[in-house]
Amino acid sequence: MLWACVLLPHLALDGVLRHRPDDGPLVLVAGSANARTLVAVNTAAREAGLRVGQRLIAAQALLAHFEVLPYDKAATERWQRFLAAVAYRYSSEVSLLPHALVLEISRSMGLFGPWPRLAAMLRVDFDALGFRQRIAVAPTAHAAWVLAGIGDGQAVLTNAALRPALQRVSVRKSHLPDAATEALPGMGIRTLGQLLSLPRDGLRRRFGTELLTVLDRLIGDQPAGLVAWRPPDTFDLRIELTHEVENLGALIFPLRRMTSDLAVYLAGRDGGVQRFVLQLEHRDRPPTAVVVGLLAPERDAGMLFELARGRLEQIRLPGPVLGMRLLARDLPPFVPAGRDLFDERPAHALPIEQLRERLRARLGDQAVYQLGSTTDPRPELAQTVAAGADATHERHPRPSWLFARPLPLRGAPPRILAGPERLETGWWDGGEVCRDYYVIETSLGQRAWAFCAPGEQSGWMLHGWFA
Amino acid sequence: MSAVVALTGLFDAQQIWRGRAAPVPAGEQPTGWAALDAVLPAGGWPAALSEILLPADGVGELQLVLPTLARLTQGARTVVVVAPPYVPCVAGWRQHGVDMRHVEIVHADSQDVLWAMEQCLRSASCAAVLAWPQQADDHALRRLQVAADSGHALAFVFRARRHLTQASPAALRLELEALPQTRVWVRKCRGGAVPAQPVALGRALH
Repeated sequence: MLWACVLLPHLALDGVLRHRPDDGPLVLVAGSANARTLVAVNTAAREAGLRVGQRLIAAQALLAHFEVLPYDKAATERWQRFLAAVAYRYSSEVSLLPHALVLEISRSMGLFGPWPRLAAMLRVDFDALGFRQRIAVAPTAHAAWVLAGIGDGQAVLTNAALRPALQRVSVRKSHLPDAATEALPGMGIRTLGQLLSLPRDGLRRRFGTELLTVLDRLIGDQPAGLVAWRPPDTFDLRIELTHEVENLGALIFPLRRMTSDLAVYLAGRDGGVQRFVLQLEHRDRPPTAVVVGLLAPERDAGMLFELARGRLEQIRLPGPVLGMRLLARDLPPFVPAGRDLFDERPAHALPIEQLRERLRARLGDQAVYQLGSTTDPRPELAQTVAAGADATHERHPRPSWLFARPLPLRGAPPRILAGPERLETGWWDGGEVCRDYYVIETSLGQRAWAFCAPGEQSGWMLHGWFA
Repeated sequence: MSAVVALTGLFDAQQIWRGRAAPVPAGEQPTGWAALDAVLPAGGWPAALSEILLPADGVGELQLVLPTLARLTQGARTVVVVAPPYVPCVAGWRQHGVDMRHVEIVHADSQDVLWAMEQCLRSASCAAVLAWPQQADDHALRRLQVAADSGHALAFVFRARRHLTQASPAALRLELEALPQTRVWVRKCRGGAVPAQPVALGRALH
């Protein structure tokens, strides 16, 4: 077993900053109304002297203007679960620890390459999403968590190296039970090395079995006992806008973030999305829903964004927008389209599926279609809007253009080139036809497929062109 | 005036450099009509915009391109038909050898036809795009010409014959004549001289 730990020291702040520009000092505060304390500060605020743990009143004395947002525990947990979905693409065993994710990677390295490469991939993913991280690897989940806490990039790859690596770690940073963390330094036990060399019996008598369990998990004598994270079957992302948005242009930036988050989630799940709903929340009225439906499951970030944007731009806002929510319930498996090695198309070609979606986004859902044939001999019913396999070859001449409905022929009598072909059919459903079809040439030189009553050769009705 | 010099004399003396048009690459897209291929400079369709001008509908305009569409769709390449004036008849197209599974039909309003065609051409995923624009000015056709160039696609625009008098940026302009027999006049072809004689199309029924 080998566990990687991604520690997210600024999870709450990074989550807030994703949906707003990082300009000017900003702090997150928590605590009761009369004892508000800073729990996170951004770079600009830190440069101004604000610190985590300060009272809000003290901060206001230091700096005249800065933005104060409440620390949202639920949102922070949501971000952590979202990042677990990101990590899920690298391992099937992902668990959540406070401010951290751990993933079992001993088998993943066979697929993604040795640890430095895997670590680099994790960093690229988390950086792209805007979350600062510290990464460490160790043979146990809790050891990886402890090592990530003391420094970025720590790697302990063998069981034998684990104990020496933990020797010098301070007990304060070892995520021990609170009672032990407070009491041990007073007893002169400052590092894990000292603690691990103490007799277990005495430790149990003084601190109970809880401390021993933690130590056993740290060293690997007991299984980690973590609950494996399971990806949810729906994607539900909601963001609150910082101010009331009245024009659609201002929704594009958060929309891009949301669709790319959806794409990342889908990639982690190895799935696609076929239909999702964008809900624009208003103050006093029900949310405006923008439904984005696709012909086939997709998960490309750029494509999802472009489609959602195309649909969004068509609506008229009934009022200012306060929040946006992206809801995807249909998450079918996704099969990437294979490309032929000897494909003649240029390398930058847009896949035909994406072209189809782009056309549908502007022209309407029914605007792009294929035609297939049915087994009905009546020309009006012989073809249908559906991709069909090749049917039997028609022996009689058929035109290349068909009229939506037959039109009477006016002017000079036509020249008959071929025919008649009698169609007498359709008696079973009341749409009976009895016609003689001819190929005729009009006085303008057009060749037409026309019919008349059986045996008459007059009263021509045009039904198609041999164009 | 003794200043008048016979041209042939000058050419023979090789004192004059004669410019030639850049050679057109040999045909990668034969039209399927041998007589037409013979007169076109590329030996077939240019990978650019071709304009086909018609006196009326149903005079053989599709027969001109159906052999090409059959060849492309049988090679599993996509053909897009934008805003056709009538419904393509599946049985009829199939009689010409077209595989309808690779023919996409796009329904578009008159103001969206050019946009849709440009998107298809630029995507580079379509082998050929056919369109029947209602209004297309010089500027719009030039855009299509550029899009066809960048997407390496065959672009066909079908228009009424009255547009012949307008200048067009299309690489190839063909005019169809229905009477007394079906003939094709090459009215403009980039990279070669315009042939003086029309090309007869033998119209089979299927």
